[in-house]
Amino acid sequence: MRAPLLAFNDKGIYCAQAKVYLDPWKPVDNAIISHGHADHSRWGHKNYITHHSNVPIIRHRLGEIVVTGKEWNETFTINGVTFSLHPAGHIIGSSQIRVEYKGEVWVFTGDYKMEDDGVAVPYEPVKCHSFITECTFGLPAFKWVPQQQVMNDINQWWQQNLEDGRTSILFGYSLGKAQRLLKHLDPSIGKIYTHGAIENMTEVLRAQIEFPATTRITRNTKKEDLKGSMVLAPPSAHGTPWIRKMVPYVTASASGWMAFRGARRRRAIDKGFVLSDHCDWQGLLQAIEITGCEKVICTHGYTEIFSRFLREKGYDARTEESQYEGELGELETKSEIEKDAELVDKTPES
Amino acid sequence: MKLFAELIRKLDSTNKTTLKVEALTRYFEEAPDKDKVWAIAILSHRRPPRPVNTTLLREWATELANIPLWLFEESYHIVGDLAETIALIIPASDSSSDKSLNKFLQEIIELKMLTNMEKKEYLHENWLELNYYERFVFSKLITGSFRIGVSQKLMTRALSKATHIDEDILAYKLMGNWEPSKISYSQLVLEENEEDYLSKPYPFYLAYALENEVMALGDVNDWSAEHKWDGIRSQVIIRNDELFVWSRGEELVTYKYPEFQEFVGVLPNGTVMDGEILPYPQGEIGTFNDLQTRIGRKTVSKALLEKTPVILKVYDLLEWKGEDIRSKPFKQRREILETLISLISSQKIPLQLSKSISFNSWEEVADERNRSREEKSEGLMLKKLDSPYLVGRKKGDWWKWKVAPLTIDAVLTYAMRGHGRRSNLFTDYTFGLWNEEKKELVTFAKAYSGLTDAEFRKVDAWIKRNTLERFGPVRSVTPHHVFEIAFEGIAESKRHKSGVATRFPRILRWRQDKKIEDANTLEDLKALIP
Repeated sequence: MRAPLLAFNDKGIYCAQAKVYLDPWKPVDNAIISHGHADHSRWGHKNYITHHSNVPIIRHRLGEIVVTGKEWNETFTINGVTFSLHPAGHIIGSSQIRVEYKGEVWVFTGDYKMEDDGVAVPYEPVKCHSFITECTFGLPAFKWVPQQQVMNDINQWWQQNLEDGRTSILFGYSLGKAQRLLKHLDPSIGKIYTHGAIENMTEVLRAQIEFPATTRITRNTKKEDLKGSMVLAPPSAHGTPWIRKMVPYVTASASGWMAFRGARRRRAIDKGFVLSDHCDWQGLLQAIEITGCEKVICTHGYTEIFSRFLREKGYDARTEESQYEGELGELETKSEIEKDAELVDKTPES
Repeated sequence: MKLFAELIRKLDSTNKTTLKVEALTRYFEEAPDKDKVWAIAILSHRRPPRPVNTTLLREWATELANIPLWLFEESYHIVGDLAETIALIIPASDSSSDKSLNKFLQEIIELKMLTNMEKKEYLHENWLELNYYERFVFSKLITGSFRIGVSQKLMTRALSKATHIDEDILAYKLMGNWEPSKISYSQLVLEENEEDYLSKPYPFYLAYALENEVMALGDVNDWSAEHKWDGIRSQVIIRNDELFVWSRGEELVTYKYPEFQEFVGVLPNGTVMDGEILPYPQGEIGTFNDLQTRIGRKTVSKALLEKTPVILKVYDLLEWKGEDIRSKPFKQRREILETLISLISSQKIPLQLSKSISFNSWEEVADERNRSREEKSEGLMLKKLDSPYLVGRKKGDWWKWKVAPLTIDAVLTYAMRGHGRRSNLFTDYTFGLWNEEKKELVTFAKAYSGLTDAEFRKVDAWIKRNTLERFGPVRSVTPHHVFEIAFEGIAESKRHKSGVATRFPRILRWRQDKKIEDANTLEDLKALIP
């Protein structure tokens, strides 16, 4: 039997035929990168290949790296293996990676979601034989409501806080979630402030997408000006002295994990909005069905449970160990803290 | 129900006590009276008996969700709350019900009498008709314990705001045995009714653990000290030739302690005592393990009564000759109590005074505390001589000054996900100690508390990466981490695989400096048995 086209080893997902890794977690020579989050685009590879809209993002995060930008659907061949990138809808510049060799097609999803969030290029299904998928929210308990509804709730919450004389602090990743929220906040309610980490990333992305105006919070920001405003902050800012300036405030988090009451209570956050950049249960099942695949490999999330369910449905499904942060939902915050620590260091606090 | 579900949604949307009290107050101002009674009952843990067992609930919810049962079970272990899992997994609905909370609860009570088919039909119909929060609340009412981050104290405070009745008076009114389906709001909250007070206990006064140096409490002469007993805190009431025994959890447990019937006729009517129920086998204080044999039993056999009799160690007097004396200074209450005990000393009833310790300095108090294990106590209670008997946990006048716990270094062997705010996090741990050959780890205790949230997150992430095997919700993990486990007491036990039972084990610290070879052995643990 021939070796599989893509295999998992201690460095990442490896295509031996092309000597290329997909989203490797250890330094390698050639890496194709699905998107800019820290667990997928790591430091230390010699050559990076990614969608061109992701180039400024990983440059911002990783500094001077050798990176080639590709278009959607643009094919490139390495030692007979044909690669192409296709929109994953997760965050700006997030791709699924299609790999074809001698008529056999594999797709690696990176992270993805089905809903058009108005910021990322929407997910496009890709036919394949083998589908390597995330399943961060691969449990039937996860069911997203349409973004419009969640954003209405968020804007209403802001409006109410403003009327109560409180500042609204909304937590979301500095890359992806923050811009998605920003895009749909209603600037007619009030002024939108940002934490340095979010402001830096948003600045990078403004070259590609239009967002409402934001103001960076600095040492000179006046307490009175913040009152009633919206503050976008990374989750790691919760419970830090930085937040004291916003008193009186109410906090909220926008994340898929907010579907669980316990997750919100544990974080001591006032309000949880269920808004995720990953597929929910139905989304995952739907995505798998459209690909027409026979084999499914689950990389991160509730992999054991999800792949067992798929097997019962007749798929050849299994789990592979990866270092993407799936079930470790709590680590969302941890990697975020690390990322933010880097970014905050670079933030001029003038 | 709409109003109540909305209340729960509001309570869920804030972490701030003031806003929670505000939401509750508004509810008590707006809701229909019958609903209010139920809301009070639910928030003070007086739920109607569960009409459907949880196995059937799971099966029926699974049918609606159109998923295999195992998948429901897995989801439940991760969500950590059955009602929440049901609310999440059943297809979403935007509709809502106009039925009142009272109506729902009447139906739930009647549900118990119906056949399984009828029960299922009722549940399916309501689950599909309710929106997320209503469905969650409805399922919570059926599954039982209604923990939603609102203490009884908070509820009482809101009720006080809504009714302008003093909080302590309300706390007293809401105590004891009342049936939400039979009592009216006016009877429960508004009216004064002497007869109802026959069995009613007073709210317990609870002490905090002493955090600072004992010297900081000031002049030693202002204080009284006594040993802190490790039994069941209870209030014993004698009124109208009747005995009532209340546990701290506001449970009427008179029938569990038939030996206390001897108090009637010896102690005068209109007497309420605060004390500790202690096991007293062979004429001396036993271990908490002895008491365990009594706690779970609904009926107490003669053999058990002989093997493990109990006594009441009394330390305070709350009512004397029918008069509430809680506002009198502790010193005065003790004088009356001590006189009472000396007067009846010739009677052979299972009642003992928890003696005050005599001392001249804090050093002498500390010396006595060091003798606690000899006395079979957990340490000392320090009470200010001029302190009234307050309501609930209050700082200042009463302090627990426990002895340092026993400790042992053990290895993490199994983990389970927690519930509530720890759902989806592995926070419930099992610990093992080495057997004689140091080859095998023998389970000796489970512990759920003692780490910070940040530490729990770290251990959780580690567990998820180092799982060896899964047994339903339980995971065995690579033996790697050593934790210092603290516990209050230790006794031999036939019920435990290790042969040892520890009292209130919890994690003292994560010993990242230690390797598993450095963990203690079961023999080390057994050496601690007195």
